[in-house]
Amino acid sequence: MTGTQLGAAGAGTDGVDGPGRGTPVLTVRDLSVGFTTEDGTVSAVDAVSFDVWPGEVLAVVGESGCGKSVTAMSLSGLLPRAARVTGSVLLEGTELVGAGDRRLRRIRGDDIAYIFQEPMTSLNPVFTVGRQIIEVLRLHQGMSRRQAADRAVELLTLVGIPSPARRVGEYPHQLSGGMRQRVMIAMALACDPKVLVADEPTTALDVTVQAAILDLLRDLGRRLGTAIVLITHDLGVVADIADRVVVMYAGRVVETAPTEDLFDTPRHHYTTGLLGAVPTAGRRASNGRLQEIPGLVPVLSEQPDACTFADRCPAASDRCRASRPPLAPETTDRTVHRFACWHPAGHRADLAAEPPVDHQERP
Amino acid sequence: MRAYLLRRLWQSALTLVLATIVVFLGVRALPGDPALAFAGEERDPASLAAIRAQYGFDDPLLLQYGTFVANSLQGDLGRSTRTDIPVTEMLAAALPVTLELAVLSLAVAIVIGVGAGVLAAVRQGRPAEWAANAVALLGLSVPNFWLGLILILYLAVGAGLFPASGYVPFTEDPLANLHHLVLPALVLGTGLAAVVMRQTRSSMLEALGADYIRTARAKGLGPGALIGRHALRNSLVVVVTIVGLQLGGLISGAVVTERIFGLPGFGKMTLDAVFQRDYPVIQGVVLVTASAYIIVNFLVDLAYSLIDPRIRVAGAAT
Repeated sequence: MTGTQLGAAGAGTDGVDGPGRGTPVLTVRDLSVGFTTEDGTVSAVDAVSFDVWPGEVLAVVGESGCGKSVTAMSLSGLLPRAARVTGSVLLEGTELVGAGDRRLRRIRGDDIAYIFQEPMTSLNPVFTVGRQIIEVLRLHQGMSRRQAADRAVELLTLVGIPSPARRVGEYPHQLSGGMRQRVMIAMALACDPKVLVADEPTTALDVTVQAAILDLLRDLGRRLGTAIVLITHDLGVVADIADRVVVMYAGRVVETAPTEDLFDTPRHHYTTGLLGAVPTAGRRASNGRLQEIPGLVPVLSEQPDACTFADRCPAASDRCRASRPPLAPETTDRTVHRFACWHPAGHRADLAAEPPVDHQERP
Repeated sequence: MRAYLLRRLWQSALTLVLATIVVFLGVRALPGDPALAFAGEERDPASLAAIRAQYGFDDPLLLQYGTFVANSLQGDLGRSTRTDIPVTEMLAAALPVTLELAVLSLAVAIVIGVGAGVLAAVRQGRPAEWAANAVALLGLSVPNFWLGLILILYLAVGAGLFPASGYVPFTEDPLANLHHLVLPALVLGTGLAAVVMRQTRSSMLEALGADYIRTARAKGLGPGALIGRHALRNSLVVVVTIVGLQLGGLISGAVVTERIFGLPGFGKMTLDAVFQRDYPVIQGVVLVTASAYIIVNFLVDLAYSLIDPRIRVAGAAT
């Protein structure tokens, strides 16, 4: 078990990385998740720490297999029994790691709600959408059937579903993908949760619908004061709605910063790699191709005392393979930018000055 | 939906007609002569011819079939060549017995099968699953007649808990009626229970791994609501299908079971009729059985749409 990265970085316990006011609603410290499989143990998440403030959108980004979803599921104990979770998840001061099943069930859907990637399969096909919303209202708010039914229509109105009184009696297959995701959002917001975890909420949707769903999420989060933890691999989504970003790689947080800072001055080479792989109108790499990060995310049986990105990193040195870089802060006048890298990248302007050598454009 | 119903009705009628043709020809293809069986010792050609003429067995096949269909439509299935009792009367007496046996066996199969299937799925990889699987394998492997005899030997004759054979009509004494049917229903139900159990287990496992179960867990639902409400409802389509398909097996199983327990149902009636080459009775039994089979499958199709709303729309669209 590694020491508290934030503590080691001398940042105290919390209150520095966020908007700098009030207290975080969710505080995650040294969260680690391991799975015991037939082939041995797999370390999926390693000593992850972050805070989430009310009303903000915190994006957790990374490639597939970086531990984003496992982190999200572990927040309220949704992982299968085979998972070993250590560390701490505090919801307004209440410890959730190791909490009893009964207690976690009271929190799920009520204080911490979820939206998943596939609205197609995430709703139960044999119940009307109304019934699925009513179910959560009756469970946590103790509403009567009638009250809950009325509230379900209100919620569908809130998420922008036309003729909600009719839609409430329809089955998931009668709705479009975007409508279904709106229903999922309505269901998640039903009990006015403190934290909404959205795991790739727009990945399965048409591009035109994605923007509408993202707008809706951001708008509702601001209006209701709900903190949103947005799990995504899509940096376009991040740029659209996130206030702050946590970049994960192979189960570790490698960089965290306010969205603008991260896009302007990415310091970890994994982040620069991710940004380089985003197509942008007007910006062309020197050879007209998108840059990709070579290689794959490793599956680790244990976390090495080294930078796990070293094998794919253009700036890797012996030091990277010999010792693990801490998630160290770099504080400017307003913000805190943390990154775990021995050889941090410079500004984006610097990056542009050192493009991969391109023979064809050379005269 | 209405177009769908009409189309299903039309298909059902066609199936029924085909069934009558098959059984009509099948009975006559059997070796043996009903007139010989009926005449017994008296085998002079004149009386045999008279018997044949009386029941119309000397008419051309097509005419015989036409008469059979025309009479059936008027509710006349002919008279038994053995007892001269109208077939409809015999059916009316035997049908309730078999129907009751079938319903009770189904109840046994569903309660045991669905219960054990859910248990096996929820406790996957633990002793409860192994136990349920072992019992299911046993239920599939053990023949009806053997289980029946063993139950009679130990529970009826040995322990005296149940009557070994016989039947009391429900209208006469409901309790005694049920008492007589417990063992036959158990015997007939266990085989089906094993099939239901295995199907329930696999469709339950599939349902439990579905995304909507993750959603339901994320809503804070407890195991009861997860399994009993969200997962089970989705597994039921498969279970209902199996039950519908297994009805044929249930009917043939009833023949043996009724024989063992001396129940005066369809099974006994069919066996007796086959041995006696009692054409009208065989035809009548098969006609009713085929109708029952067709009706049940029709009901199963309707049940789908009640369980899974997506099927309703698919049916209506065609």
